[in-house]
Formats: sequence, C-alpha cells, structure tokens
Amino acid sequence: MTSEDDMHNHDDHDDGHDNHFSDMQARVKALETILTQKGLIDPAAIDAIVETYETKIGPRNGAHVVAKAWSEPDFAEWLRNDATVAIASLGYTGRQGEHMRAVFNTPETHNLVVCTLCSCYPWAVLGLPPVWYKAPPYRSRAVIDPRGVLEEFGVTLPETKKIRVWDSTAELRYIVIPERPAGTESLGQEALADLVTRDSMIGTGLANPAGDAR
Amino acid sequence: MNGAQDLGGQHGMGPVAPETDEPYFHAEWEKRALGLTLSCGAFAAWTIDESRHARESLPPATYLSASYYEIWTRALETLLKRHGFVSAAELAAGQMLEKGREPARILTADMVPAVLAKGAPCDRPVSAGPVFAAGDRVRTKNFNPETHTRLPRYARARTGIVEAVQGAFVFPDDNAHGKGENPQWVYTVVFDAGEIWGESADPTLTVSIDAWESYLERT
Repeated sequence: MTSEDDMHNHDDHDDGHDNHFSDMQARVKALETILTQKGLIDPAAIDAIVETYETKIGPRNGAHVVAKAWSEPDFAEWLRNDATVAIASLGYTGRQGEHMRAVFNTPETHNLVVCTLCSCYPWAVLGLPPVWYKAPPYRSRAVIDPRGVLEEFGVTLPETKKIRVWDSTAELRYIVIPERPAGTESLGQEALADLVTRDSMIGTGLANPAGDAR
Repeated sequence: MNGAQDLGGQHGMGPVAPETDEPYFHAEWEKRALGLTLSCGAFAAWTIDESRHARESLPPATYLSASYYEIWTRALETLLKRHGFVSAAELAAGQMLEKGREPARILTADMVPAVLAKGAPCDRPVSAGPVFAAGDRVRTKNFNPETHTRLPRYARARTGIVEAVQGAFVFPDDNAHGKGENPQWVYTVVFDAGEIWGESADPTLTVSIDAWESYLERT
C-alpha cells in the first residue's frame, strides 16, 4: 500500500457510523470539487443521472414486462426467446440492460438471481439495486442456502420445489417472471403490474395476491 | 483474483436484513458517488472490467466493511490516479493542483438521457463457432489468477451441463488488464448443488454461472 492510500484509508478505523458517513460525504465532495475545477465533469450531469434513477428507471419497468408476459402468451414467448429485444420494444433499454434474459417461475421451479462477484443487476428494468443485493450476506448465501435466504424475506417454498440460482457472472442480466397469482384472470395489465414487486423479479419474493390489486 | 469480492458460499456474513420501503439512496453523497462513477466512466479511459478489478482489489477488510457506493468511490479514486486525471496530492488537498490528462469525452447533462438509454453492449462478433453446445457435459478449470476473472472459486473444477450458448462477449480476464477485448463464446453452465457443496447440499438446488469458453473443458 502506498502512502497516499494510507492517508485515504484513515477512516477505516472509525467505529462510529455517523463519523463514517460524514467522512464519505467529505471524501466524495472533495472528488467532485477537484473534477469540477478541472472541467472533467458537469455537476448537472450528475443531477440528471440521479433524477433518472430516482424517477424514471425503476421496478415499474419490470412490472410492466411481467404483466404483459402474464397477459399475452406471444409476448411471453418473445421474452423467453429474445428478452433483450422484447423488453426494448417497451422502451426499456440501456445501461445494465444491454443483454437481458427472462427466467420463468413455474409450479415446479423457483428462480433466484444473485451476483456473487459484484453487484450485477438489471438496471433497465429494476432500477438501482437495493443495498442488501450488493452486500456480503446475500451474495455469500444465495448460492449455498437459498431457502434460508428466502425465509429472511418471509418466503417459504414447498420442500419439493426446485430452486435454480442464477449467478450473474457475465454480462447477461436476469429478470425473474414470477408465477401469476391465482384469481387474477379478470385483471388488466395495469392492475396486474401493481402485484409485481421488485423482489418477485429478483426471486426473493413472490407476486402479491390478487386482493392487493387496485 | 481470490479477493474479498468472491463471496459465493462463504459463511458468517450474517442475515440479509432486507429493508422495508428502502430508499434508492441512504445519504446525499451516495447520489454524487453514483453520478461521479458514471460521469468518469464516460471518459472512456477504462473499461467496466478494469473498474470491477479496481473494486475487488481493495483490501479485504475495507471491501467487506464498506457500502457499495463507498467501494465505487474508493475504486474511482484508484482509476483516476492510475489514468492521470487526478493526483494523490489533489485527493489529499481536496483541490485541483495541476492540470491532468484530458479525457476523450466529458459527459454533460444534455448527453445523459442518450448515454443511459444506449448503455454499452459488450457482445462482439467472433470468427469461430462455439466449441460447446447445449447439453454438453463440461468441467470448469481450476485456476487461481491474481488478476481479474469471472469464474468464482465455488465453481472451479466442477462438472456441469451447458444449458445455453449465450453469444460471444468481451473477455473480462484480458480486458480488465488492457490486453484487448478478445471476445469468446459465453455459456450458461448449470451444476447440481451436490457437485459444488457436497453431501449436505440442498437436493432441490441447482446453480448456474455464465462462463467464457476458456473457463471450460470437455469431460
């Protein structure tokens, strides 16, 4: 480790959560200041990026994909065969959604998605990943003890149900198509989309029951 | 590299602790860290693979105790220094001290929608066809490079079945180190949990990885 790294690692030894956060606040502020002074970044571009992921790109995108797949067998088939293009047809493209795969839950098999090596996540359909998805407990245990992980999300699967864990080790990004809840035959796509939670598209949850529809 | 990032199957990391109605950001600096990381990525001075390697190269104790936006920020400092955009002295001072390298591109606010909507596809044409086909039985190699790789330790020297040929993609093990994109075929390879975790494994569980062709050999 070089001396400058030592200098910048001083906050490793802080044990106060608030101190640590204020250290990071200062550290990121310093970086933004330097880069702005050098003309290397446009602070307004940062605002635009943040606004995009706070207001435009999130799990509603994925819920739309799922509701359409539940309602339209042809779209479901397209999603199965060429998810990138099928999803792009709804306008969901771009960063961390360039190469999409849709995996379908069935009565026999439950799918669960993880990135054990970093934080790969389908931003174009689910937005920014939650903290737990990027943190060591989920990344370490999803591949060895998925049932234990699911219990922590309040999901208990039948003992005989098969579990398939997809470790996103390459540039393919996975969206789980959860099973359509019973009793939703009369619901339109908007009402169906309301039942589709973010976690159900990662595989750490199920779609909400029909009674939760608007 | 066998770093702290390679978490699959490790014990003792604690409960997952999902948060109800989790906000996208837990502090203002996280928003800036996201924007800075993407803005500096737009310089096109380094690849996503080099970024990942910079993150996994953090000291393990730092990596495991940091939030992901902190990991991103620390790796970004490394990349900016390595590529001559910012000096260590500047980071220490919190001020510009000298003019650094000029990037190929600077991301301005007007460019953001198009850049995010386009992304950065990393599939590439290759001249040779895929060596393996769906249904083939393959064994992952046993290797332990100190450099970047996307074959996790838990999936090394394991026998599985090729489930799908996914296309040809930039090879991160080379690309992370400036050795070129050298695209290879990528396969989804599925393993029974027993092959990975042994006798106590959940018999209902299968785990798949997406593996570049050079990670695999025929059994």
